[in-house]
Amino acid sequence: MDIELRGITKRFGSVVANSDVNLTIRAGEILGLLGENGAGKSTLMNVLSGLYRPDEGQILIDGKPVNFRGAGDAIRAGIGMVHQHFMLVPVFTVAENVVLGVEPVKALDRLDMKTARAQVRAISTEHGLEVDPDAIIEEIPVGLQQRVEIIKVLFRSANAIIFDEPTAVLTPQEVIEFFGIIKSLREAGKALVFITHKLGEVLEVADRISVLRAGKIVGEGDPRTATSADLAEMMVGRPVRFAVERRTSPPGGPLLEVKNFTVLNERDEIAVAGIDFTVREGEVVGIAGVQGNGQTELVEALTGLRPTAAGTLTFAGEDITQASTRERHRKLIAHIPEDRQRSGLITDFSVAENSVLDSYYAPPFSAGISMRWPEVYRESAKIVEDFDVRTASIHTHAGNLSGGNQQKLVVGREMSRDTKLLIAAQPTRGIDVGSIEYIHERIVKARDEGDGILIVSTELDEVMSLSDRILVMYRGRIVAEFDGATATVKDVGLAMAGMKA
Amino acid sequence: MSGPDEKPAGAGLGDEILKRVVVRRFDVQDIVLVPILSVVIALILGALTMLATGVGFETIGRSFVALFTGSLGSLSALSETLTAATPLILCGLGLALGFRAGLFNIGAEGQLILGGIAAVAVGFMLKGLPAIIHIPLALLAGMVAGALWASIAGWLKAATGAHEVITTIMLNFIAFRLTDYLLRNPPIQKEGRSDPISESVLESAQLPKLLAALDPSYRLHLGFLIALLAVAVVYWVLFRSTIGFEFRASGANPEAARYAGMRSGWIIVLVMACAGALAGLAGANQVLGVLGRASPNFSAGIGFDAIAVALLGRSHPVGVLLAGLLFGALQAGGRQMQVAAGVSIDLIAIIQALIIVFIAAPMLVRTIVPWAFRAGSGARSGAR
Amino acid sequence: MAAIESASSAGAHPALDRAARRQRLVTAWLLLGLAVFIAVVFGTGVTGSATFRLTLPRDAVPLPNLVVPAAPFIYVVAGILAFFGVRQFLRGGARWSSLFLGIGLLLAVAAFLVWAADGKSFSLTGMLESTVVRAVPIALGGLAGVLSERVAVVNIGIEGMLLAGAFTGAVVGSLAGGVIGIAGAMLVGGLFGFILGALVITYRVDQIIAGVAINLFVLGMTSYLSSQVLTEYRELNNAPVFRAWAIPFLSDIPVLGPVLFRQNLFVYGAVIMVIIATYYLFHTRAGLRARAVGEHPEAADTLGINVYRVRYINVTIAGMVAGFGGAWFTLGSVGRFDEGMTGGRGFIGLAAMIFGRWHPVGALMAALVFGFADSLQQKLAILQTPIPSEFLAMAPYIATIILVAGLIGRARAPAADGKPYIKE
Repeated sequence: MDIELRGITKRFGSVVANSDVNLTIRAGEILGLLGENGAGKSTLMNVLSGLYRPDEGQILIDGKPVNFRGAGDAIRAGIGMVHQHFMLVPVFTVAENVVLGVEPVKALDRLDMKTARAQVRAISTEHGLEVDPDAIIEEIPVGLQQRVEIIKVLFRSANAIIFDEPTAVLTPQEVIEFFGIIKSLREAGKALVFITHKLGEVLEVADRISVLRAGKIVGEGDPRTATSADLAEMMVGRPVRFAVERRTSPPGGPLLEVKNFTVLNERDEIAVAGIDFTVREGEVVGIAGVQGNGQTELVEALTGLRPTAAGTLTFAGEDITQASTRERHRKLIAHIPEDRQRSGLITDFSVAENSVLDSYYAPPFSAGISMRWPEVYRESAKIVEDFDVRTASIHTHAGNLSGGNQQKLVVGREMSRDTKLLIAAQPTRGIDVGSIEYIHERIVKARDEGDGILIVSTELDEVMSLSDRILVMYRGRIVAEFDGATATVKDVGLAMAGMKA
Repeated sequence: MSGPDEKPAGAGLGDEILKRVVVRRFDVQDIVLVPILSVVIALILGALTMLATGVGFETIGRSFVALFTGSLGSLSALSETLTAATPLILCGLGLALGFRAGLFNIGAEGQLILGGIAAVAVGFMLKGLPAIIHIPLALLAGMVAGALWASIAGWLKAATGAHEVITTIMLNFIAFRLTDYLLRNPPIQKEGRSDPISESVLESAQLPKLLAALDPSYRLHLGFLIALLAVAVVYWVLFRSTIGFEFRASGANPEAARYAGMRSGWIIVLVMACAGALAGLAGANQVLGVLGRASPNFSAGIGFDAIAVALLGRSHPVGVLLAGLLFGALQAGGRQMQVAAGVSIDLIAIIQALIIVFIAAPMLVRTIVPWAFRAGSGARSGAR
Repeated sequence: MAAIESASSAGAHPALDRAARRQRLVTAWLLLGLAVFIAVVFGTGVTGSATFRLTLPRDAVPLPNLVVPAAPFIYVVAGILAFFGVRQFLRGGARWSSLFLGIGLLLAVAAFLVWAADGKSFSLTGMLESTVVRAVPIALGGLAGVLSERVAVVNIGIEGMLLAGAFTGAVVGSLAGGVIGIAGAMLVGGLFGFILGALVITYRVDQIIAGVAINLFVLGMTSYLSSQVLTEYRELNNAPVFRAWAIPFLSDIPVLGPVLFRQNLFVYGAVIMVIIATYYLFHTRAGLRARAVGEHPEAADTLGINVYRVRYINVTIAGMVAGFGGAWFTLGSVGRFDEGMTGGRGFIGLAAMIFGRWHPVGALMAALVFGFADSLQQKLAILQTPIPSEFLAMAPYIATIILVAGLIGRARAPAADGKPYIKE
């Protein structure tokens, strides 16, 4: 099946998300669609999968124009999409998720789960995608969830499959596995679109590359001849530096000492199992690991948001195991939460209010219980300027900012104080390259000023490029330690998958 | 609400940013036109209801005249309006605080009743006090009783996660039964009576009538000034104090508030206590200012009407004040309507409900009277 | 996801989550407190034995009365409660504390009954029968809540829908007979369900505001019509009442027969509706889609399920269920409408829904608990206990609070509950 997008334009209010986009997708071929976060890739694919209706332009399937009134039409036309945020109902089983919308039924509208399970198994075996049809989605790992998404699409006999940032949540090993799956789908004659911002992956797997920037197609590339640097420049619109300056001076004394640290999760299961490590002054320690190996619980315990079950935490020679979040904040520990929308910001609050979200309680921002708004505004303006937060005003709601600017606001809030230790969880998740560069720069600067920095990230590239020391977390334990200067992606990746290097 | 809003402008604004940029345009249509049209449409629908139930045109006309004269038509009517608005404003402020902090407190009625009973108790038990001491004590008693009662729900939520909607509903029922008991037994019950009724509040605890010099029948009392003061205080707390910052943060995003080091449990208890204190104050206001004693159903559903007032006022103190005044006017006018035109005061409840619906659904108003809005402005809220 | 090594036994682990530990301690103290209270207050006050009548006068198979020696029974119960409490202190895992609390409360109720009926005779079957009757509107209100919240529409307006059903049932029933009356009540209930849907889905009114407005509107409208019209035309408010209909053979079973099988249409209707709703939600295609819409509307939308339509349909059906429940007040009970006669049952229905964990059967069970408390209080008023009847009347509400507090973290609302779904 060949699909052609002709002159697609999609606007949201005054914002043009896609402008006159032309694109061809062919059977038996992988099209790499490259673009930054916010370039309009997802919008374009939502148009193709019938979720959005284009304001202008048309979609042609095998030369015939089609008009999708909803996702159902696109599905019937043979177009399937694997979304970046999986469209799976967490409390349903695998089989229920797969058949949702096209359920096999018996008399009285009764669900025929036996047939559903059999159908899921049939597709599993046909495409080598093994999964238990009765497993509950929220209880299986992310890699498997993605597999369910693929089965879901195949179950609807899709001939064209769109993958939106499919590798974002996978381990390096899972990525390799995923490449195997996508290649075998190509052999089966499917038309495939692989949306990503990761250059290396697109070069490795795509047959053709189109680059989207600010809603427009700005170039095409041949993966056999194009280089990362070319593509990056096309994607960002200017040359990009990849490397971060390494530390030049040796680190200072120990700042944060973690000993026999054990943390439980919500279900009273051990999430962090008695780990030890130290962060020294002027040092960046990176914790690599696949999502869900205890990093979230570790960070929450380090910042006082979750009780420590066992072990001790010493900060600058002082035991802070029992200290509250606020006390730790007072002791100049800064925390960039992993999810800016959920826990880092209040989207209904203004930029100014968010600028003092965790420091409002003390002078100069308040006196007694009285807020001193002029001081807050001054501080906010300073953060906005220093950290290049692009906003119409400090009175704009934070929710109106782009992801990158929201993140810079959080980073600015945490780093504008004179901190001693920065705990940064996923500091650059889902933001544009310019913002990533900027945030990395600030982190390195803080290190050079003598701060201790702990970075917890599932983006291996990020951990590799920033860290002086890399710890790998797997199933609640630290399973490997590498020197940041000499570690290789392969070794760290193997450790992340639980295999000793 | 949906879709991307303003495009971020260029960076490096520096001092420019401090020159307070007006972000939200003052939208005359949404803030002025929609409420006015809502009231008008609701009144028209009220008239249609009367028509449908066989009320003649002439009577309908008379009832609208009565509705107006009974609420705004004279000084006496104005006094009635403000008297009726006072407890709604006080109680609505408490509920608005809760809504701002993400707590849906249905228990205002119970808090209000117990506040009233406590105020009555102090109002008749402490004898020989000068008014200047007795009144504040009685009011304080009402506030404390309401606050303690509401804190139970707060504490339960903070300590065990019990949903406040359920616990406050249950606490309401418990408060009703408790009131039944107290009104039927000494020391609260009036001596020599077998029906549920309390002793009368002493003169020294009664809220002074503000317009008594003009005419002793004017019921407007000190409580209204207290309500105005409460509006100012709640405004200050919500928008000018660290406590209000915490309230609003917990309400808008409890997770982010926790990450910012705010103590969510303590905030929940505190918010509920404040809300309960205001509801209790509303109850005290009724018994000390209007009724002079407590009887069954002395609350007259104010605690529930106040939910509507708080929602209508969009949980903003000034909005609550205006919504309270509107509802007070409808109440006062409705009584006049019942007397003068013989139309049941329950019609007012219908009109109130319709006003809430229309104000909460500007799109609906635009659909009903599209010609009232200038072309093009409808696109703003993305009408489908 | 993150948990990997499951702690072998949560109770044995030295470091339990703080909240869980607190819950355990609260449970322990509650149980111990109950034990002491029962032993001291109930145990010392009894002298003889309590007689429970198990058969009603009409019953086919008479059973002998159940005679319980009061003091021994009460002390045994106190002993068991104390044992539970101590056990909670020493090694009770959080996961069992709710169960022990439940059993403990049940025993406490039994001890209380024995104490109240000490030296007297008390019809147990009669109380259970009225339990079922009183549970009906609460169960139907709860079921209406389940149906709409499963598609993520919070329905505060159930109280209003019950009231609308009660009113319509009375008026239409007076005019055209009981069956048509029920049909009318369901129609009007469904209409208000549809209006709620229109407000929150199409006009994006805040769900709670819309519900509150519906309650106020219906209360106002029915009261207005009642005082403006029904007082004048009394024949409009004189509906036939559905009498109990005994199911042959089953109704002859001792105790169970009169309680379950000698009831009126509304009791059977509620049970059937709960069964159908359970089948619908958990065993049919439409139910799977409805739940998907409540849990993850975006996912449902990407699969071509019309989120808005599913919500409209379910909320309307919920309104019809509530309308049927409302008809109980008039056609199933007294035959005439009184202003505000639902008296907060809709809100208790919401509590039953949360209590019953958003499951139709759970809501029914929770409603039975409320119904039991309600009828217990009624019957005890006759027994003349030293406790003022107002305090007895509080007991069910206090028990609800304790149970809701004890059920920490167990109830889980549909993930998208209360959130509007806005495309694009």
